[in-house]
Amino acid sequence: MLQKDTALSDTALENDTSASGEDGTRRDFLYVTTAAFGVVAAGAAVWPLVDQMNPDASALAMASTEVDISAIESGQSVTVKWRGKPVFIRNRTDAEVEAAKAVPMDELKDPQTDVERAVEGRENLLIMVGICTHLGCVPLGDAGDFGGWFCPCHGSHYDTAGRIRRGPAPLNLVIPPYEFMSETSLRIG
Amino acid sequence: MSGHSSSYDPQNGVMKWLDARLPLPRLVHDSFVSYPVPRNLNYAYTFGGMLSIMLVVQIITGVVLAMHYVASADAAFNSVEHIMRDVNYGWLLRYVHTNGASMFFIAVYVHIFRGLYYGSYKEPREVLWILGVVIFLLMMATAFMGYVLPWGQMSFWGATVITNLFSAIPLVGESIVTWLWGGFSVDQPTLNRFFSLHYLLPFMIAGVVILHVWALHVTGQTNPTGVEVKQKSDTLPFTPYATIKDAFALVVFFVVYAWFVFYLPNFMGHPDNYIPANPLVTPAHIVPEWYFLPFYAILRAVPDKLGGVLLMFGSIAVLFVLPWLDTSKVRSASYRPTYRAFFWVFVVVAIVLGWLGSKPAEGGYVIASRIFTAYYFAHFLILLPLLGIFEKTKPLPGSITESVLGDGGSKGGSAMPSGAAASPETKG
Repeated sequence: MLQKDTALSDTALENDTSASGEDGTRRDFLYVTTAAFGVVAAGAAVWPLVDQMNPDASALAMASTEVDISAIESGQSVTVKWRGKPVFIRNRTDAEVEAAKAVPMDELKDPQTDVERAVEGRENLLIMVGICTHLGCVPLGDAGDFGGWFCPCHGSHYDTAGRIRRGPAPLNLVIPPYEFMSETSLRIG
Repeated sequence: MSGHSSSYDPQNGVMKWLDARLPLPRLVHDSFVSYPVPRNLNYAYTFGGMLSIMLVVQIITGVVLAMHYVASADAAFNSVEHIMRDVNYGWLLRYVHTNGASMFFIAVYVHIFRGLYYGSYKEPREVLWILGVVIFLLMMATAFMGYVLPWGQMSFWGATVITNLFSAIPLVGESIVTWLWGGFSVDQPTLNRFFSLHYLLPFMIAGVVILHVWALHVTGQTNPTGVEVKQKSDTLPFTPYATIKDAFALVVFFVVYAWFVFYLPNFMGHPDNYIPANPLVTPAHIVPEWYFLPFYAILRAVPDKLGGVLLMFGSIAVLFVLPWLDTSKVRSASYRPTYRAFFWVFVVVAIVLGWLGSKPAEGGYVIASRIFTAYYFAHFLILLPLLGIFEKTKPLPGSITESVLGDGGSKGGSAMPSGAAASPETKG
């Protein structure tokens, strides 16, 4: 039985070789196209398995947050939640704004002027995502060596404009998209 | 060992019938009963067996805990308290599981350092060693995800910090982190998938353990002399010799384990994890579980985000190439006096790094972390390649038998009759 099989496949092989032109056989063509379609099919099958882990429709649809800012006194800071993350709204004192403006650009790791960090005319209000750009901890307010924020996890210091001044964080605290709806109302997102 | 032929002899008809169809009893007999092990294995060699028992303990307690745990951001914390207070023996099962993770890591660290001391990673055991490092990585991933499940403050912020490690990858880092989270912060989807993976990974570990033991049984074990098995008198059958030794070591290990479970169940945990997760407040001082502390110290030693992450992963990645970094022809530190001294320095450095990882990231602690991190890498990348060239090693014994009995046990000066000592398995 075994011998017969071998003989059969030998014949098949002979036929195959005799039919082969210089550009390969029809069998080669079938192998290559089957493999190519197999790869495409495997990719198409894997993608849903990977993409299901991305944020789903309900996470993407999370509404923007509106905040009443009339009660935030000068020097006071509040934290609100937006897309599951804390957002700091700090009503900076004039002295803090002046201190932030006085910093020379070449001292900054991620150079940004104070004007780029707050809306002109309402520059006392600093609105930032309260997440350290290092590894995602929430920095503590009114702390650190620059009078701004200090991240207790790995020791990053931010100044009164939320700019990184010392420590492992690479970037300034992120400014979320926001707009003032009126004198007393702010919409984040 | 590879040359070991089967001595399995089925005694009754049923076993003979089975042996001709699925020789599983034969495989078990050849692997764990008649399997020859070097006769000079000491207690440092008992931790591999302990680790496989710990994996079984963790899987069994984990499966029953999953019958009561709820993987929901709103209910997870309370479901763990429910296990502690209401579920029959829930407190015991949970404490056995949480302390089991710590005991698992104690055993694996002894196991790894034993390999470092006796040169177990050297040719021809490179694949065996690499599979071990793979298991170690899987264990770390499993333990990390398990620690997230109670959804306390340390769970939440540990998950945040560790997943953010991936944001250091240039260009695609942020997308990867969002993908891991399934949202814009650690939240319900993150908890749910971590539970799923925490359940899956131990079975993947079990799979790699099978490969690890397979590779071990192809090359055979190392032994404290580092001299390969050369003759029959160098070995003893696994059962009863190694079985009894492993069992006794396991009992001692379980006494320590039970002491933690019943008297200090939260000693190796962190009190902040009994505060429910709060995404708006980071605890003033967050630390990972103790078994991650040396790597955490390396992460924090670097003032650059990507650099810190690379160095932390590098500290484990370096283990993969260790077999080729150590250039010495002699395996065991017993015959390498200089390496032995540096080995113990390395042990101290690893422990000090762990201590530094538990301290706040400021002032002298950061400076010390940098020095010890530099030494950690220097040990592998500078000391080990150079020691192989410059170290003057001691003469090796001719065989394992000779190292145990002196001159092959042939001289009459021995207290025991040499024949009996050379092959006690033939007695009776």
